[in-house]
Amino acid sequence: MTDLTSLTLAEARDGLATKSFTSVELTDAHLKAMEAARVLNAYVLETPDQARAMAQAADARLAKGEGGWLGGVPLGIKDLFATKGVRTTACSKILGNFVPPYESTVTAQLWRDGAVMLGKLNNDEFAMGSANETSFFGPVINPWRRDGSDVNLVPGGSSGGSASAVAAGLCLGATATDTGGSIRQPAAFAGIVGMKPTYGRCSRWGTVAFASSLDQAGPIARTVRDTAILMRSMAGYDPKDSTSVDREVPDYEAAIGKSVKGMKIGIPKEYRIDGMPGEIEKLWSEGAAQLKAAGAELVDVSLPHTKYALPAYYIVAPAEASSNLARYDGVRYGLRVPGRSISDMYENTRAEGFGAEVRRRVMIGTYVLSAGYYDAYYLRAQKVRTLIKRDFEECFAKGIHAILTPATPSAAFGIGEKGGADPIEMYLNDIFTVTVNMAGLPGIAVPAGKDAQGLPLGLQLIGRPFDEETLFSIGETIEQASGRFTPTKWWA
Amino acid sequence: MNAPVKPSKLIKGATGDWEMVIGLEIHAQVNSHAKLFSGSSTEFGGAPNSHVSLVDAAMPGMLPVINEECVKQAVRTGLGLNAQINRRSTFDRKNYFYPDLPQGYQISQYKSPIVGEGEVTIELADGETATVGIERLHLEQDAGKLVHDRNPSSTSVDLNRSGVALMEIVSKPDMRSSEQAQAYVSKLRTILRYLGTCDGDMEKGNLRADCNVSVRKPGDPLGTRCEIKNVNSIRFIGQAIDYEARRQIGILEDGGSIDQETRLYDPNKGETRSMRSKEEAHDYRYFPDPDLLPLEFSEDYVAALKAELPELPDEKKARFISAFGLSAYDAAVLVVERESAEFFETTLAGLADKARDGKLAANWVINELFGRLNKEGQDIASSPVSAAQMAAIIDLIGAGVISGKIAKDLFEIVWTEGGDPRALVEERGMKQVTDTGAIEKVVDDIIAANPDKVAQAQAKPALMGWFVGQVMKSSGGKANPQVVNDLLKSKLGI
Repeated sequence: MTDLTSLTLAEARDGLATKSFTSVELTDAHLKAMEAARVLNAYVLETPDQARAMAQAADARLAKGEGGWLGGVPLGIKDLFATKGVRTTACSKILGNFVPPYESTVTAQLWRDGAVMLGKLNNDEFAMGSANETSFFGPVINPWRRDGSDVNLVPGGSSGGSASAVAAGLCLGATATDTGGSIRQPAAFAGIVGMKPTYGRCSRWGTVAFASSLDQAGPIARTVRDTAILMRSMAGYDPKDSTSVDREVPDYEAAIGKSVKGMKIGIPKEYRIDGMPGEIEKLWSEGAAQLKAAGAELVDVSLPHTKYALPAYYIVAPAEASSNLARYDGVRYGLRVPGRSISDMYENTRAEGFGAEVRRRVMIGTYVLSAGYYDAYYLRAQKVRTLIKRDFEECFAKGIHAILTPATPSAAFGIGEKGGADPIEMYLNDIFTVTVNMAGLPGIAVPAGKDAQGLPLGLQLIGRPFDEETLFSIGETIEQASGRFTPTKWWA
Repeated sequence: MNAPVKPSKLIKGATGDWEMVIGLEIHAQVNSHAKLFSGSSTEFGGAPNSHVSLVDAAMPGMLPVINEECVKQAVRTGLGLNAQINRRSTFDRKNYFYPDLPQGYQISQYKSPIVGEGEVTIELADGETATVGIERLHLEQDAGKLVHDRNPSSTSVDLNRSGVALMEIVSKPDMRSSEQAQAYVSKLRTILRYLGTCDGDMEKGNLRADCNVSVRKPGDPLGTRCEIKNVNSIRFIGQAIDYEARRQIGILEDGGSIDQETRLYDPNKGETRSMRSKEEAHDYRYFPDPDLLPLEFSEDYVAALKAELPELPDEKKARFISAFGLSAYDAAVLVVERESAEFFETTLAGLADKARDGKLAANWVINELFGRLNKEGQDIASSPVSAAQMAAIIDLIGAGVISGKIAKDLFEIVWTEGGDPRALVEERGMKQVTDTGAIEKVVDDIIAANPDKVAQAQAKPALMGWFVGQVMKSSGGKANPQVVNDLLKSKLGI
């Protein structure tokens, strides 16, 4: 029998349907791979008993022909999603051993469709980070290494556990969340596919909040098709989330294989930033050439407010975070560090419970919302946000179907290599991705090539609101032209 | 908009007259089954933490969803206050840490409230009326409650109230005396109870006031104000404002200045004391709540709610005066409580001739029924005399079947024993005698037996009353007083 962990999600689904193997076999193969890959630190909690029980139930339903859309498919779940009866911490000490008595809407929909949970995946604490180095459970290691090197690299963040696990074959697909690039950047660093859907497409109910107006759940998987399959289960209107949109969920998989002939692809000049490495430039033009070869039309476009996106993002996101994280006060659940007074208890709990990056962002957010600073920072950032959104609207109004950009300004870097002295060095990782969150648009990262040291690089496609299907079609065209990228196994 | 100030409303100080300026922020709990952003019950008095959902406890990943019934109640209230209804409003977060605030922020409406400017007409005991402007009304969440007496070394939190919907109704600084402030709160409470949007129960804390008080010399610009937080009875509102105004005048007359601060009223000591200064005030870091979309509704939505509004106290009072000739005072007494007005209206509906007996009904309901209920410490809901029984008694008086005096006896029987007043009058022979022949015989007998009194009455007609009394006495009170009067006048020749 072939290694079941090397199958794509689509192949596994078909194999389960034709009874080539069972969900229990498929699940066990993944549990075994997880055990052998603990050095990657991708999972913060393995749930083998639950996985086998869910797999058995899936097999029973498959036998009756009622497997469901994802019947028997084992997945990893980012620790930001509340899972009923299973510890959920957002990888923060402040949540301690918090076990939610509820299931997030997104994961509930995956289980509804027959998927199996393998465990909870590592991420940056409260999804704040671009290298998965801020997790209370320690950094995640990227399964990719530079050619001939044994230096451990970051998988990107904040969904670093999701990206590492998917790339290393520790699950067939994973849930992830994206506030400023947390799905697309790690997907690009790990040579796989990540889709950040339109804001409002997936429910935020039961997902630990970072920045409510930017957060959006989405899938990470090894192929564009696999990502599309997962999207169909994860998306959907939820009356429990006031910002979720009541709109029919299409069969995203049907978009796979659709021709891009005649589509207009925008190439935004503002994304050609100073000091951009030549190989990123090359990747970008090769991607454009692939699409042109497939019949698409390339159009030079301008998104003039792009350069203000990153600073505005680092005002809006911390502002919302400073308020969203106020509930972690030691009063009702999670960590409590006693003090002589209630203020002492708050201060002790939050000083010990939050890591440095979370504390930094809570302080930035508190500052920009303070009396006397609100207008200069928060209000201005919101105005910038409106302008960024308008840039995209004007571009799409000219008939552009999607915009092609690099996903990241570099390939994966070494653990501890960036941001030690200057956090902005780390924040710059999100330079191509934050605009999409600020505008609430869908964006997909697709692997498209390698750098000189053999590390994968990704391209990003930005779409019209709720037009994820077009991104899947174009993404798959790039995937077909570029091929797939699999790391050499060094960890087991 | 400033209410007219009578000179008597000014406070005499050592340096001359002072004027107080009062504005009130009323927190009124919305009448609704569920909380503002969660499905939890709003019932009062459940076991601690028995009405708490995951949202109310601010568990990770929980999101608020607006309860439409609370929105409707706010719109109804705005309409009842003749206020601008804002068809687009937004929710903001007011950030601060306190253990009774699980989210670490209160969801409120800061920049764009659901209701804008309006007005309320108030009446004072001396008949003075004034208009108090409404600045705005917004929806917000209530906090939980800290319980300090369960354990000597720790404090417990009860989240039953956490997330319950409140309407904050902010007045303009239009009031110039504590009486006006009290009349405003009473009137607002009456309107809310008519609308059914708040039960107005101040004892349960369902209606409470923050009182902003400042003083100035008449004609001067506004003085520095102090805010007295959470006053929970109309009597205390009066006491707190008067104390605070005197305190401020004392400081100013001694050459001092007022510090803007938040104060608390201590009803036991009858004084206000400082709670926190302006410097200690929180920076609430308001910003739009990204979990909630703007609240938007159509003109039709507002129109539909307006069409369903009940008749409000001012309109009802005007109708009672014009349709039944009630005095302004009687009409005001009847409309102050919705239940009283409803009782009166049901009584009216049971009358055979409303136009004739409406005024009589008002007298009877106010003087006999309300007087008796007050004396017995009962309220209208538990009245032993129903509106139908009341109507029957008034019908009997109006039709001349019984006299007013007999009616009082009848009322007593109905109050204590119950029964159908019409049947009681028959069974117990309480009917008024209008048979002129029978009365004439009694009149003749009494005239014949008292020649000296006849002479006196003829000299001084006012003494005819003695004869009326004698006739009524010998008829057991049942003789029709009008017939008796007419007969006596003609027989005595006066």
